Amino acid sequence: MKLPIYLDYSATTPVDSRVATKMMACLSQDGIFGNSGSRSHAFGWKADEAIEIARNQVAELINADPREIVWTSGATEANNLAIKGVAEFYSKKGKHIITSTIEHKAVLDPCRDLERLGYDVTYLAPNKQGIIAPEQVKNALRDDTILVSLMHVNNEIGAINDIAAIGEITRNHGVLFHVDSVQSLGKLPINMQDVKVDLLSISAHKCYGPKGVGVLFVRRKPRVRIQAQILGGGQERGMRSGTLATHQIVGMGEACAIAKESMTEEYARIKKLRQQLIDGIQDLEAIQINGDINNGIASILNISFAYIEGESLMMSLSDIAVSSGSACTSASLEPSYVLRSLGLEDDMAHSSIRFSIGRFTTEEEIQYTIKKIRSAVKKLRDLSPLWDMYKEGIDLKTVQWAEH
Amino acid sequence: MAYSEEVLEHYENPRNVGTLDKNDKNVGTGLVGAPACGDVMRLQIKVGDNDVIEDVQFKTFGCGSAIASSSLATEWIKGKTLEEAKKIRNTEIAKELALPPIKLHCSILAEDAIKAAISDYKSKK
Repeated sequence: MKLPIYLDYSATTPVDSRVATKMMACLSQDGIFGNSGSRSHAFGWKADEAIEIARNQVAELINADPREIVWTSGATEANNLAIKGVAEFYSKKGKHIITSTIEHKAVLDPCRDLERLGYDVTYLAPNKQGIIAPEQVKNALRDDTILVSLMHVNNEIGAINDIAAIGEITRNHGVLFHVDSVQSLGKLPINMQDVKVDLLSISAHKCYGPKGVGVLFVRRKPRVRIQAQILGGGQERGMRSGTLATHQIVGMGEACAIAKESMTEEYARIKKLRQQLIDGIQDLEAIQINGDINNGIASILNISFAYIEGESLMMSLSDIAVSSGSACTSASLEPSYVLRSLGLEDDMAHSSIRFSIGRFTTEEEIQYTIKKIRSAVKKLRDLSPLWDMYKEGIDLKTVQWAEH
Repeated sequence: MAYSEEVLEHYENPRNVGTLDKNDKNVGTGLVGAPACGDVMRLQIKVGDNDVIEDVQFKTFGCGSAIASSSLATEWIKGKTLEEAKKIRNTEIAKELALPPIKLHCSILAEDAIKAAISDYKSKK
């Protein structure tokens, strides 16, 4: 077993070596280096062919038409393009957008920007498990609603939204539905023929592909229109200009092809590993699993270790890469807005750690992690005045704290 | 974020961790911070003749920098008089630990903890 151990697959994944091999074939003078827009020579034709193969690979993973795939620089750009592209194109129809309080910043910030431009945004609050109920969407719809944007799977707690049910509602009301599917791609089956999702953002680097490439799925039937946000050479049917990054795109295509092949088996294996991790620590006192463990995505385990601050716990787990909802890990000194939206007290948000498991995680790594967590929790609770108070039976909520 | 060697050293080997009897009239207890803010420090001093701090113990809930700041504070005030201890400034703690600007509040909390412990001790007299 090699240290450090990577348990932060929801942040990013390593590039699969099979993906890297395909990419390298686009990075040499003898390889596929041409501009896919060059229609007059073989260098361009070869690049175009490689890109179209990749487009098919992505389309196959989500059961879409390849012509519905628009290459972007990543899911952040895809989210921006979907939200601002729809808002601009349909502004005459209405200026109301519905999203949720626990979306990724790449959705929330474009929405905030649209508010500045005179749009009205409704932010739905999830239930304690992090789920937006279809009825909530239904109740928030207005005559001037043009777009609903919700994530398929939440990146911090793994809650899964019922995008099929929500899609029925939006389609019935003639409102477009955008889904940020970054955390579910290659893990949960996504079938664009089955769900009435109009726009879908995905990213290569959460699925063992390279960083710097993503896709916005834009539905053809019924046809969805968006205003381009990056203008220039008119690539991607005018929706996203810019010379296509052949190596990145080929990498994303290969990553999707591998995912299609292996996701069922891989998901079962990841689920088993997460269960081992839970089994190894669940007898610890005063811990709490955030989100719904039975209905959430198997790759994510978010736990609050009460009376221990998350960043110091991560310091103790120095050879294990995880992430925390603690304020100390962010520039803002605010604890995770996602965990707070679930109704978690600030102190429990400060005490949270997200473990995310992936393709290369082994049982041995999980066992090592369990051992490290147990000793770190003991060490830090021995150091914690709050643990002392808890043990003395003092209710911390009744103490007058000097907030600073 | 990378931690300074000083922070790591105190974090790995915190000095003077423990609890003194808060009901002892020679013991002053300072409890500062709030769980909702992500850091709480408890610093206790035992004061002997001539106002000298004979013993000091701490426990901290917080990030590595908060733990290191309180550990360093205990090291510095042990053996000092109350007057000397009062003079310790958060900037000195921050400098010794090479805290980045975003962690300065950890050193401020440590200074507050020293002062709170002294004032608790004095209120018992």
